[in-house]
Amino acid sequence: MSQNLAMTVNGRNVSITVDDPDMPLLYALRNELGLTGPHFGCGLGQCGACTVHLDGEAPRSSVLPVASAAGKTSVTLEGLGTPERPHKLQQAFIAEQAVQCGYCANGMIMQSAAFLAKTPRPTEAQVKQELVNNICRCGTHPRVVAAVMRAAAQG
Amino acid sequence: MNAMNMDRRSWLKASGALVVGFAAGLPNAAAAWTDKPVAGDQVASFLAIDQEGNVTVYVGKVDLGTGVRTGFMQIAAEELDVPLARIRVVEGDTALTPDQGVSYGSLSIQVGGVALRAAAATARRELLSRAAQRLGVPVAGVGVQDGVVVAPTGRVSYAELVRVGGLELKVDTAAPIKPPNARRIVGQAIPRVDIPDKVFGHPGYVHDLKVEGMLHGRPVRPPQMGATAEAVDESSIAHIPGIVRVVHQGAFVGVVAENEWSAVKAARDLKVRWSSWEGLPDQAKIWEHVRASAIAQAQVTQERGDPAAAMAGAARRLSASYDFAIHTHGSMGPSCAVAEFKDGRLTNWSASQGTHNLRKQLAMMLAMPVDQVRCIYLEGAGCYGRNGHEDAAADAALLAKAVGRPVRVQWMRADEHGWDPKGPPHLVDLRAGLDTAGNIVGWESEAFIPKGAGGNVDLTAAELSGAPRESLQSPGNIVHNLALPYALPAVKTTCQRLETTPFRPSWIRTPGRMQNTFANESFLDECAAEAKVDPIDYRLRLLPPEEVRGREVLERVARLANWQKRPSPQRDLTGEWVTGRGVTFCKYELVRTYIAGVAEVSVNRGTGEIRVTHFFCAHDCGQMINPGGVRTQVEGNIIHTLSRTLFEELTYDRGAVTSLDWGSYRVIAFPEVPQITVELIDRPAEAPWGAGEPSAAIVPSAVSNAVFDATGVRMRSVPFLPAKFKAAAQGT
Repeated sequence: MSQNLAMTVNGRNVSITVDDPDMPLLYALRNELGLTGPHFGCGLGQCGACTVHLDGEAPRSSVLPVASAAGKTSVTLEGLGTPERPHKLQQAFIAEQAVQCGYCANGMIMQSAAFLAKTPRPTEAQVKQELVNNICRCGTHPRVVAAVMRAAAQG
Repeated sequence: MNAMNMDRRSWLKASGALVVGFAAGLPNAAAAWTDKPVAGDQVASFLAIDQEGNVTVYVGKVDLGTGVRTGFMQIAAEELDVPLARIRVVEGDTALTPDQGVSYGSLSIQVGGVALRAAAATARRELLSRAAQRLGVPVAGVGVQDGVVVAPTGRVSYAELVRVGGLELKVDTAAPIKPPNARRIVGQAIPRVDIPDKVFGHPGYVHDLKVEGMLHGRPVRPPQMGATAEAVDESSIAHIPGIVRVVHQGAFVGVVAENEWSAVKAARDLKVRWSSWEGLPDQAKIWEHVRASAIAQAQVTQERGDPAAAMAGAARRLSASYDFAIHTHGSMGPSCAVAEFKDGRLTNWSASQGTHNLRKQLAMMLAMPVDQVRCIYLEGAGCYGRNGHEDAAADAALLAKAVGRPVRVQWMRADEHGWDPKGPPHLVDLRAGLDTAGNIVGWESEAFIPKGAGGNVDLTAAELSGAPRESLQSPGNIVHNLALPYALPAVKTTCQRLETTPFRPSWIRTPGRMQNTFANESFLDECAAEAKVDPIDYRLRLLPPEEVRGREVLERVARLANWQKRPSPQRDLTGEWVTGRGVTFCKYELVRTYIAGVAEVSVNRGTGEIRVTHFFCAHDCGQMINPGGVRTQVEGNIIHTLSRTLFEELTYDRGAVTSLDWGSYRVIAFPEVPQITVELIDRPAEAPWGAGEPSAAIVPSAVSNAVFDATGVRMRSVPFLPAKFKAAAQGT
């Protein structure tokens, strides 16, 4: 039985028609709304590649039922900033060249953005602890930490 | 990203010139298989210059997240004197790019980039010659500014020269390249061109591709690896909306649905009666299993003098065995591909390292003519070798053929961890004899490793469905670096090539070179400790005098790490946490990139926990096209390999892999990543060698040697789990 779910995504009010309200939010974002920032990594909440913002928190969208985003405000990597108006973390990731394959970068940036909003002046150790459940296989870790510290230093 | 923005590549020959047209959007199968040349000896296979002066570079090597795309652009921009912004790159499209082999072995720049450079240098020489003739001046009297040839008598653009004369030239590998002092772009740490799209979430990965009418498929793999599907109960998923087809061919089972979530649920819920299969060895006895495996060939990779006799007469004799666990590639993104059949032809988009090889494999599996298959590379998550990309491509092709519509397949996490081909178990026995002064008089080693080389890894879908396949075993060129770079008086290194290995093998970053270097450089450290000689001094003494570049990386890393000369282990072995340092040297494959590393560790003697606190690396890969790219590759090598060394190990029962997620296959986390200090040696007048793998080779032994230095305990089995430390400490 399909149903319509209303939500705000990247500042736009959208209505999503779903057969199954338990479908993870990620599939709605990628396939219904064409938002390719969040990635499917594990579907288990272990790696962080699918992280989005939902009412200021940074949940893993591949384990979050789409229905639980109804009536709420989501932001994806595309909504965080654009080439014309980049978020300071996006600028910092470019400046530090903190990307190799880039599949994890969405999670690194989205997790860190939510973190910096609450902890604007973290220590390096705090950044590493915040990202303890974000996996990177290419080995960009030091550059990711440097990018988050760079963005934090911009205030 | 570049490849995504090139829809409907329309090729035409206008006045003898090749022109490529671009349009917005995603690649489309409607694009014609073209008549663009792809032969490796033709300039037009690598380069096209359009009427606006934009340069398109065509390469068979692909950017696997390593940054080589930017390097290719730099090479072309430098040799042609065209701004970087006017260069686009097309990678790994069998209809458009030359077949430059698989993007592995740290060869993308060393081989692929050098071939592109020769093509660009050939084009430049020809275009300058034409321009000089046209402008009535000697060639020495013309220069190039941003793609325009300039002389005192006038100017003419590359675009004009190509429009009139084409680019139909044979590549001259002797065409002069820019000398080091004339280079402006090559050798610079140009920021990677792909990073902005990635931090803004723009589509570019194969995972993001949408083809009109596309369905979603998921494979349903057997719960035991050799099991076959005896019966499939389609009614078990009848309640899921949008199911298009259940495909069942032998042990291959897959579902296709109108939307992705239905495909995910269907694959999860489909009831299949599987046969029973328990053909895997007992994991607790894996090394006994390896030793008992049939040997196909004894491959001697180095032989000098009579080491057996030398050891028999030696004052002291040492022996040890080193083993390295089975690893998964563990890509962040499960493998993904899209396949479309149209007019009897197959277009297949994937993140394959080797689309030209994949094309032949798919054609064989589907019993199609090779020229009716086109494989197009799009970026995936980092693969670090032959992971599941090609297998997802085969899954998509089988499913698309079955339903007659385009199908996108993305694996789930358990598919990736369970079914990507594995880095095989690697075991090395070593023996050495020392004289009374501690010098090595004889060295023998035997590696027990599966037979086979690089090349093609069989497609899982072909194997499961019973379709034709090559039945190759291809673990990568894993014999390298068992031979030693040192001037030992008597040495014999032998690879016992095994007929079989428990899991379908393939190469994972630094295959064989890493495991053999782990064994060699750790065992050499045992000899140095036995001789009571500083480990760096011991290596420097053993390096032949002509190895100037080898000595340099060792001397540089010693300075970088503020190395204090003394034998290992350090003297104070009391206390809960103890610290130490270890060194490793490697000359990659004994013919190229030189690397030396120092690891500093802290070890908890009670719990066995090993923390790497700092890793230093001195790196000489000859000429660097992009030092920024080299640096990130070296950092990545070190961190990825620390993860493998300290934590990673495939687990399995008698039927299948059991480490199916990131909880059961543990990898390094942010707080565990050490400080990393890298010193790059640039040699602009030398050949550019690979950097994507070599520095990984030095990591496991540097850490093992550091643990020994700290504790007197020798870690001979990767991964260095706390329990293994405690067991080794008890044995010491």
